[in-house]
Amino acid sequence: MKILVCISHVPDTTTKVKFVDGDTKLDTNGIQWVINPWDELSLTRALELKDNASTGVSSVTVAHVGPATTEPTIRKALAIGADNAIRVNADPADAYFVAAQLAEVVKQEQFDIIMCGIESSDYNGSAVGSMLAEFLDIPSVSAVSGLNIENNEAIITREIDGGKETVTVPTPFVAIVQKGIAKEPRIAAMRGIMMARSKPIKVIEPVAIDPLTEYVKFELPKPRAACKFVDPENPKELITLLQNETKLI
Amino acid sequence: MSVLVYTENWDGKFKKLSYELVSYGSKVAEMLGTTTTAVTIGNVNDDELNTLGKYGADKVLCLQSENLKNLDSQLYTNAIAKVAQDEGSKVIVISNNNSGKSIAPRLSVKLKAALGSGVSQLPLSTSPFTVYKRTFSGAAFAHVVLKTDVKIITLTQNSFDIVENSKQVKVERVDFQTDAPKTVVKDVQKQTGKLLLTDAEIVVSGGRGMKSPDNWGPLEELAELLGGATACSRPVSDEGWRPHEEHTGQTGKIIAPNLYIAVGISGATQHIAGVSGSKYIVAINNDKTAPIFEVAQYGIVGDAQKVLPQLVEAVKEIKGK
Ligand SMILES: Cc1cc2nc3c(=O)[nH]c(=O)nc-3n(C[C@H](O)[C@H](O)[C@H](O)COP(=O)(O)OP(=O)(O)OC[C@H]3O[C@@H](n4cnc5c(N)ncnc54)[C@H](O)[C@@H]3O)c2cc1C
Repeated sequence: MKILVCISHVPDTTTKVKFVDGDTKLDTNGIQWVINPWDELSLTRALELKDNASTGVSSVTVAHVGPATTEPTIRKALAIGADNAIRVNADPADAYFVAAQLAEVVKQEQFDIIMCGIESSDYNGSAVGSMLAEFLDIPSVSAVSGLNIENNEAIITREIDGGKETVTVPTPFVAIVQKGIAKEPRIAAMRGIMMARSKPIKVIEPVAIDPLTEYVKFELPKPRAACKFVDPENPKELITLLQNETKLI
Repeated sequence: MSVLVYTENWDGKFKKLSYELVSYGSKVAEMLGTTTTAVTIGNVNDDELNTLGKYGADKVLCLQSENLKNLDSQLYTNAIAKVAQDEGSKVIVISNNNSGKSIAPRLSVKLKAALGSGVSQLPLSTSPFTVYKRTFSGAAFAHVVLKTDVKIITLTQNSFDIVENSKQVKVERVDFQTDAPKTVVKDVQKQTGKLLLTDAEIVVSGGRGMKSPDNWGPLEELAELLGGATACSRPVSDEGWRPHEEHTGQTGKIIAPNLYIAVGISGATQHIAGVSGSKYIVAINNDKTAPIFEVAQYGIVGDAQKVLPQLVEAVKEIKGK
């Protein structure tokens, strides 16, 4: 079995985001870029499956749509243990554009399981994985919190309202993963970092696709009213305030 | 034309989330000068279907098929796409919950319709069609133009007030023909009777400052008295003090209750990312410099162990218990 993990390159979550050009573009000055947290967990789970010989997973490839400046993020995925990497050389215009490019990658090389994170922490679209599956006309399972391979069959746990379901789907399929898929992201060891330097990143030129959406403006959240402090010796006052001012109690 | 709203049902019942979607859809329909059609999949009785009219649905379609018993992303997408085409829908409204996320993006590709996901307000304009959505995990919002003729919106749960807007509703049942599903459900584990965190309007949440899993009694009691749900920060669920379903934040659940009470939670950006949609935030923390106070409107600088039991007493008093 071959696994493809799609990775997104996002600002570290502690970044204080700022915008430029009349609030139309992210100010990339001083941003620390990381692998999207859910994609990092997907990669970790894919590598755990490969480590277990009984699963029959033979390779883990990562794919990313982005310009050459994103290669350090891809190298990090290689350092963590991915076998191969593919970069589609384009600015990720929107989720539809990215999914269409990833679909071409999958059409060129066959994969049995494709893993995507449930959302990327920048545009929070929750869209690429399911869109990719539709472009390929294959099944997708969302909110996946567990993935195993037994007797050549993928056993998937997905979250539903107030519980969990165990489901199976035939390969190839897209698993859209959330928390729970792996415990902690794998950290690159020195050996991995050295090996990653010599692993090639295959670069593919994009296909022509028009994005369907356009981000025309960004805004920072409106500041909240300053915090009203209640005397810790008289916490009951808090309940009175909530009752009078919020009318929620 | 029409606005189509996919209203999920849970064992034949709608909940607040469904009414919120229909309310939103009918407001969008008003903006466009058109009607609202709600579509649901499964066995729902007439009384229940009729309730959607109260929130502005002009028409309700109930699709029935043995093959659609469980969520299969492809079959559900095909079914909603077919209805949207038959109805000539220009805007499709879906929840930004787990099932919505598995359907809406597929529908976007199938209909070549622009998707605005995680939307939290009515469209800013209908020409160009511009939606307002959360980005950078709540650290910013964006105005996004949906450029296609047909548009899809996924609405963040609890972000739009339910509005009553009674209509004479027409209910239709459709025996829907589909292929066999590829998603096969082998097992279901469900917690019944518990208020879902994503549905709750009041949430009481504990962090590492709660010190031990044995200290949750008063926190649970406070939640129960307020008719709310309990939640926690990531280290608390990682330590196994509380179940994973309660973990809120960037990598956990994203919630938008009316009231979020954070007890012994420092307010790290990753935690705030999951709760910043709350209308009011209350913080109880013994460190007055904790960042949670920067986002809270009400705060107590104090020891959770001492403050919580007193809050419980105060709520009991006003509720006459
Ligand atoms: C990629 C990534 C994703 C993450 N995702 C999430 C996420 O989804 N959700 C999440 O929560 N975190 C997430 N985190 C972790 C986050 O950065 C913080 O570490 C975490 O939120 C801290 O949890 P806490 O506030 O409970 O604990 P702490 O940071 O330990 O804070 C405990 C607080 O309790 C207070 N306190 C201590 N004793 C008392 C007392 N007796 N009474 C009252 N107050 C007391 C302290 O003053 C302190 O402010 C993520 C981190 C990373 C790197």
